[in-house]
Amino acid sequence: MSQLSRDDVLKLASLARLSLGDDEVEQYQKELSSILAYVEQLSTVDTEGLAPTNQVTGLTNVMRDDQVQSYGYEPRDLLNNVPMTEKNQLKVKRMIG
Amino acid sequence: MSAWKPITQLAADVQAGRTKAVDLVERSLAAIAEHEEYKAIIATLNETAKSRAKVIDEQVANGVKLGRLAGVPFIAKDNFLVFGAETTAASNILRGFTAPYQSTAIERLEAEGAICVAKANLDAFAHGSSTENSDFFTTLNPHDKTRVPGGSSGGSGAAVVLGLAPFALGSDTGGSIRLPASFTGCVGYKPTYGLVSRSGVVAMGSSLDTIGPLAMGVEDAALVLDVMAGKDPLDSTTIAKDPAGYVLPTQALDLTGVTIGVIQEYMTDALSPPIKSEVESAVAKLRAAGAKITQVSLPSLPLGLAVYYVLCPAEVSSNLSRYDGQRYGSFTADAQNLFDSYTRTRETGFGAEAKRRIMVGTYVLSSGYYDAYYKKAQTVRTKIINEFAAVFNKVDYLLGPTAPMTAFKIGENTTDPLQMYLADIMTVSANLAGVPAISIPCGLASGLPVGLQLIAPQHADRKLLQLAQKTEELLS
Repeated sequence: MSQLSRDDVLKLASLARLSLGDDEVEQYQKELSSILAYVEQLSTVDTEGLAPTNQVTGLTNVMRDDQVQSYGYEPRDLLNNVPMTEKNQLKVKRMIG
Repeated sequence: MSAWKPITQLAADVQAGRTKAVDLVERSLAAIAEHEEYKAIIATLNETAKSRAKVIDEQVANGVKLGRLAGVPFIAKDNFLVFGAETTAASNILRGFTAPYQSTAIERLEAEGAICVAKANLDAFAHGSSTENSDFFTTLNPHDKTRVPGGSSGGSGAAVVLGLAPFALGSDTGGSIRLPASFTGCVGYKPTYGLVSRSGVVAMGSSLDTIGPLAMGVEDAALVLDVMAGKDPLDSTTIAKDPAGYVLPTQALDLTGVTIGVIQEYMTDALSPPIKSEVESAVAKLRAAGAKITQVSLPSLPLGLAVYYVLCPAEVSSNLSRYDGQRYGSFTADAQNLFDSYTRTRETGFGAEAKRRIMVGTYVLSSGYYDAYYKKAQTVRTKIINEFAAVFNKVDYLLGPTAPMTAFKIGENTTDPLQMYLADIMTVSANLAGVPAISIPCGLASGLPVGLQLIAPQHADRKLLQLAQKTEELLS
């Protein structure tokens, strides 16, 4: 199933919160299909008895004390990049309706 | 291309008052201006760098003992957050984003007296092998302006080779430090996964991302690694530093009893003959110096690229979901609602390669395809890791070329994304296995630099740097 249809690409774009122009849809249909065809070679590899690898550090459950630490930043410093704020809080567009 | 003294020497000169930090910074900024045509740099930090240098010179005058990098200028890839500076990751979506905090790597370098003078160009979000995916401009190769410098840390590689600073920082997810080192002719070090904190570095593929130095010599790279390495409470994937550190001992490595395995899967007939002959000549020199050379096979290595191009986009699609225009970066002011604001911000803010990876990642993680693609790739990853472990029972190090080609022409690989991905075929496996790897200059092929790649087991960074230094000496 590596040949993607136009609808497949539009669905992926929507899931990924991307809007695409018409020419882009056609381009990605072709490019994503060729990438997926390339990675499909993995399906024939014998992996019987092997577990998937999620990470390679060998670390497990790195914990820390649940204590507030000060890094010397004020909330306003961290809100400097936010496009819309109100009362020192992040403001977003209407979500429903 | 003016040469800087070794970093320890520069810092000693500053500490002794023989050289002013201000002059080192001025020299770096002048070199950046002089070589502007190569487009290695996105932004310079003139004022902050000069004022930091002034403070260091005053401290020297007052007899203060400074750190090991006192007054040494450096350049950070523009995916490192540097306090008060714009950090774009060479993407339109992060244009105007001013770092409200600083990456741990930069903090540690500054604590030893180093001075960040500029931010280097990269493929946007470090997605690429040539800097052609930068949303701003393509960096030119210092050896041939019609060719790419490699990527994604291409600006960092070009900067070091042009002498813009004694060292630069890069990030390596699938080869992004080693490939530009190979293409531009410098040393590029990718440490064991987890050795350098990623806190404050724009995330790409979190199970693969590493941070390391690019420099003109192994000694400089080792010192910079030593300063950055070790556990960081702000990155829970970090591991402890080797108690012996990474600063190289004065006594060069004795190759007697050292076994080096030449990776057969990388030395095939398909490899360009001039690259193959440069690598073979390096092997001959190592053998003549006493190393035991053996041919080894890791049969699943050729699958590494396919594994990488499932796992990396999957992690990218997750990491890049945070760029939604609500908290930072570009923003669509006239959007009708929140969904519209997300999609329009991402549509204009992301370049073609970021969108490609986000969509491939979304596909392989989606219900129905997760097992067939993502989980399968994770399992083949295990197979590759097992092969590395088995081969490291027989040899101390692995050796091969860094890339199957030398620097290619600008535009040569931009029409077919898959063709571009092939540049990473010899570098991705070290990221999948989490092992350290280094690229060092190894002669020229048709006038263009060739990179030699040396790989060691996880946590053997010190040992790897020692072999790299010895090899560098034999090749000089």
